[in-house]
Amino acid sequence: MAEPMMEIRALRKSFGGVVATDDLTLDVGAGELHAVIGPNGAGKTTLISQLSGALMPDSGTIRFDGRDITRMPPYARSRRGLARSFQITSIFPEFTALDNVALAVQAHDGHSFSFFRDVRREARLRDPARAALARVGLEARAEVTARYMSHGEHRQLEIAMALATNPKMLLLDEPMAGMGPEESGLMVDILKGLKGEQTILLIEHDMDAVFRLADRITVLVYGRAIASGAPEEIRASAEVRHAYLGEDETV
Amino acid sequence: MALLNARNLVVLATFALLALAPAYAAWVETPFYLDLGRRMMILAIGALSLNLIMGFGGMISFGHAVYIGIGAYTVGICAFHEVTSGFVQWPLALAISAAVALVFGVISLRTRGVYFIMITLALAQMTFYLGISLDQYGGDDGLTVYAPSDFAGLIDVDDDLSFYYVVFVLLALCLWFSQRLIRSRFGMVLQGARQNEGRMEAIGVPVFRYKLTAFVIAGTMAGLAGALLANHTDFVNPEMAHWTRSGDLIIMVLLGGMGSIAGPIVGAAAFLLLEELLSGVTEYWQVIFGPFLILVVLYARGGILGFLSRKDGGDG
Repeated sequence: MAEPMMEIRALRKSFGGVVATDDLTLDVGAGELHAVIGPNGAGKTTLISQLSGALMPDSGTIRFDGRDITRMPPYARSRRGLARSFQITSIFPEFTALDNVALAVQAHDGHSFSFFRDVRREARLRDPARAALARVGLEARAEVTARYMSHGEHRQLEIAMALATNPKMLLLDEPMAGMGPEESGLMVDILKGLKGEQTILLIEHDMDAVFRLADRITVLVYGRAIASGAPEEIRASAEVRHAYLGEDETV
Repeated sequence: MALLNARNLVVLATFALLALAPAYAAWVETPFYLDLGRRMMILAIGALSLNLIMGFGGMISFGHAVYIGIGAYTVGICAFHEVTSGFVQWPLALAISAAVALVFGVISLRTRGVYFIMITLALAQMTFYLGISLDQYGGDDGLTVYAPSDFAGLIDVDDDLSFYYVVFVLLALCLWFSQRLIRSRFGMVLQGARQNEGRMEAIGVPVFRYKLTAFVIAGTMAGLAGALLANHTDFVNPEMAHWTRSGDLIIMVLLGGMGSIAGPIVGAAAFLLLEELLSGVTEYWQVIFGPFLILVVLYARGGILGFLSRKDGGDG
């Protein structure tokens, strides 16, 4: 088997007495959509933050695309092709949707010490940005100031910004958080469209979506991976049912 | 975007007034207007530079007058040592302002928000007291600049009218430069960092070096204002770098419209005009100016220009 895109080994992170990530080991294969699920407080966002570099782990290693990135700052990871979306919408509210995405393209097109050229006339930024917006179905909203877009559109914009950096892997932190059923359906379609060509680590509460999308699922409880496997295996696992899905719940 | 909206008209009108002020001053035989207009433009360059980091970069520097002080003192000290060539003085003023901004930026940009305000204030006050301690150069009495910057006959800074138009052209150049800067890749990073610094890092931009560069550019531009101010007043003193002067610059930016490129020019003009008019009414003109400023901040968030346009995007 080829080397996994991301290898997480014995990762640990605690805040005071609370262990948020407990000896976590996980592989994400190239082209795989790997979902991490778990109850609230299981340490899912803490995990993504460590992978993206916003938080430093206490111990353990993270390898990405054949390199140890454990101590790399966020921008350097992004440069190496690791893109993240945020659970809480994180965009540039005063820019238009197109500006938001074009800025993400710009961030991966060398340095930004260019002081005179009008950025909004640079086709090498605008064209890929429009393409990324089209992938998430926002092409018609390109010129709308981000602040005035709906919550669902913000989530789509987040994905477009991550895609625009031409990443090797996407870290998606609850892309469907706070969405209605219709918007979630749209997001599932977007992610389905990316599946296969992008390596994705997905954190999501929406079980329905997770079981429809994931190639593999890891279940996190109190920072510990209690199970990892194909969706059918996870669905069948008694331990998972007990710990997380609830005895009575059928999924 | 309409070119002739209310905000652009006000900017154009301000420039037209500034361009015609010398003619008016000559007509009514009140050279004071020439003096006032020139001071407006010099401080407008200072406010313009502050707005680059404050309005667009979200860095509220409470010590920006320091660079005006340094620019002015460079010219003053050069003249004191009989180095009167403007070709030496002015580049030196810019270089020293830039160097100090670099050092102060490296220190202060490690902090955010209130701490950034406090650190820039502390560094500015340090510099102010350094100026006071310079006994050789007059200490807190300051230093008279007996000889204006000499440009070998190319431009005559000693002539009130030609110096006026030198300042006018430099202000226009600074405005043009700011305009380009804000709409460039660099400008996008700067504004992005203000709106959401964490996101900026997450899409792969090491924000610190861009903020620092902006800080140095702003300091350099303020240094230019300082060099002009020394020639304008023929006198330099530490008071130029006092924190209340930095406060004035912030007020000019707020008054004209933070985040609109030309706003600070309108702000500086309005500030000095109000100061002039109100101080004619009462010695305690701030008593009237204060409430006026509160009204502007409460009801016209984008300052005078923001109030006139009431729309988003804010780069006009």
